[in-house]
Amino acid sequence: MDILRYIIRRLIFIFFLMIGISLMVFLIANALPSDPVVANLSQRNLDNEEMVAAFRAKWGLDQPLYKQYLTYLGNLLQGDMGLSIRTSRPVFDDLKQYYPATVELAFIGIAFAVIFGMLFGVISAIKRNTAIDQILRGISVFGVSVPAFWLALIMLFIFYLGLGIAPGPGRISPYLSAPVHVTGFFLIDSLLMGNWPLFADALKHLILPGVCLGLFTMGLITRTTRSSLLEVLSMDFTRTARAKGLRERSVITKHALGNALIPVITVIGVGFGNLLGGMVLVETIFAWPGIGQYAFKSTQYMDFPSIVGVSLLIALNYVLINLIIDVLYGVLDPRVRYR
Amino acid sequence: MTWRLMKNNTLFSIGVVICLLWLIISILAPFIVPYDPLEQNLMIRFSKPSAEHWCGADSLGRDIFSRVLVGSRISIGAGIITIIFAALVGMIYGGVAGYAGGRVDEIMMRGSELVQSFPTIILAMIICAALGPSLFNALIAMVIVWWPNYARVMRSMVIQVKTNEYIEASKSLGASNLRIFFKEIIPNSVGSIIVLATVDFGNAVLLFAGLSYLGLGSPPPTPEWGAMVSDGANYFTYWWIATFPGLGILTMSMGANFIGDGMRDFLDPKLRKEL
Repeated sequence: MDILRYIIRRLIFIFFLMIGISLMVFLIANALPSDPVVANLSQRNLDNEEMVAAFRAKWGLDQPLYKQYLTYLGNLLQGDMGLSIRTSRPVFDDLKQYYPATVELAFIGIAFAVIFGMLFGVISAIKRNTAIDQILRGISVFGVSVPAFWLALIMLFIFYLGLGIAPGPGRISPYLSAPVHVTGFFLIDSLLMGNWPLFADALKHLILPGVCLGLFTMGLITRTTRSSLLEVLSMDFTRTARAKGLRERSVITKHALGNALIPVITVIGVGFGNLLGGMVLVETIFAWPGIGQYAFKSTQYMDFPSIVGVSLLIALNYVLINLIIDVLYGVLDPRVRYR
Repeated sequence: MTWRLMKNNTLFSIGVVICLLWLIISILAPFIVPYDPLEQNLMIRFSKPSAEHWCGADSLGRDIFSRVLVGSRISIGAGIITIIFAALVGMIYGGVAGYAGGRVDEIMMRGSELVQSFPTIILAMIICAALGPSLFNALIAMVIVWWPNYARVMRSMVIQVKTNEYIEASKSLGASNLRIFFKEIIPNSVGSIIVLATVDFGNAVLLFAGLSYLGLGSPPPTPEWGAMVSDGANYFTYWWIATFPGLGILTMSMGANFIGDGMRDFLDPKLRKEL
């Protein structure tokens, strides 16, 4: 029951965190010089005072700031995030439309990062201080150092334009039509339709952006897996296992690895945060219709309702994933007690 | 310490060499560039890398090699300024929180968690967009998203140092809180902050490049690496326009990360015997 109490307490904290975030973004977006009126009206309309006044009244910009915020908060608690100034649609609907594309891509990115990060980390630790170790560590540093937006361009240039083995930007090839909307995830929806070519096409389109997005997290995971496995391998219980006469292979797989992977789980949480951030850049280049691109466009137009909405969504993702990871941590490591 | 590390860790040595090279280049850039990085020569628009123009020319016929060299100044400068100010803000904030303890500490740390629960680039993007694009505003945004890490480290250091007997001693000698803070606590915590700052430099360079790529850095003619890559993205088939400034970002950030990794291993007592 401890764990349940812990989760509830964290969820309550997350609720207040969300209110804090909405307030923070609201203040940043409003207290600063740039003006949504200028960003959204044409010059001719700007000269027309009535138009400007009508625009302000429509979006509640003529109210004092605290009133604007309270109105927003009240609506938010009822699930209404307001209308996007840029798209003139409810922000909630916009997010619902763009979110699945981002989640699908994030999932591929994190899967890539976890699989290769752990693999490289384990090999690196076992073969420590050899040439292989140095190379794998070099790759992991490359992963955390390479600008994702640049790598995306280079990969498109080599694999799409040059070799022609990868598809271009977008979620599916232009001559195909999107699967019937069920979940919004193209991989799942195309499978539900039983449309294998579409599934394959969607999967191919996910690979390059997924790799670009996951590389940073892969680097982090490699590094953590390596150092954590090295630490465990120097502990007494591994010495005991070796002294029992176990082969090195079973010492590592049966005794060391399970213990070594616990800290790695925390890094996945950190990495996920980076992934969500990297989304903005990668989605822009791969013309990915996700919330990263939506966030960028919203900031360009000073579209407050969308900015606050998308910020809340991204932050909520981030804190929920960290909550899941903390809970998982305790399940895997019985020494952890929830307070 | 640097020397011992270099002898035993190849990657660390590579990192030191790369960073020194970039540092020297950035200092000497105005004197060693073959062409004026802002000079447009429409005759050579989009020309390929050649003996005269090692990295080719961009859409306005500017020499990319010269622009990359000069661009290193902005990148290094932005990284250093961000880290210094973020560390200062973080140290004061975390220091006060840790020293005060109790309620104040609780509230202050919740505040920094609020900032941290945001993916950095998105918060930076919002701030940049709200302030309007300029180098100065990009740096403000970077500092705003960057300080919480330092606050956390500083706070835990302060809590650790606070319990030492010499603090008790200096209190009983009648030292004021402020004096204890500056004379005892800050000097004792500065080491960890410097390590964090080194490890962080590569990330700061990357974030700045990202903002600049999105058009949130200096306005156009300035040779900023991120903005140059973005220019290259518009002329996708002329691969050299984006490639070379990107290599600048990559090498600088890799160099910093090699150094950071080496230091981390060196300072981690559990791994230390490995070296």
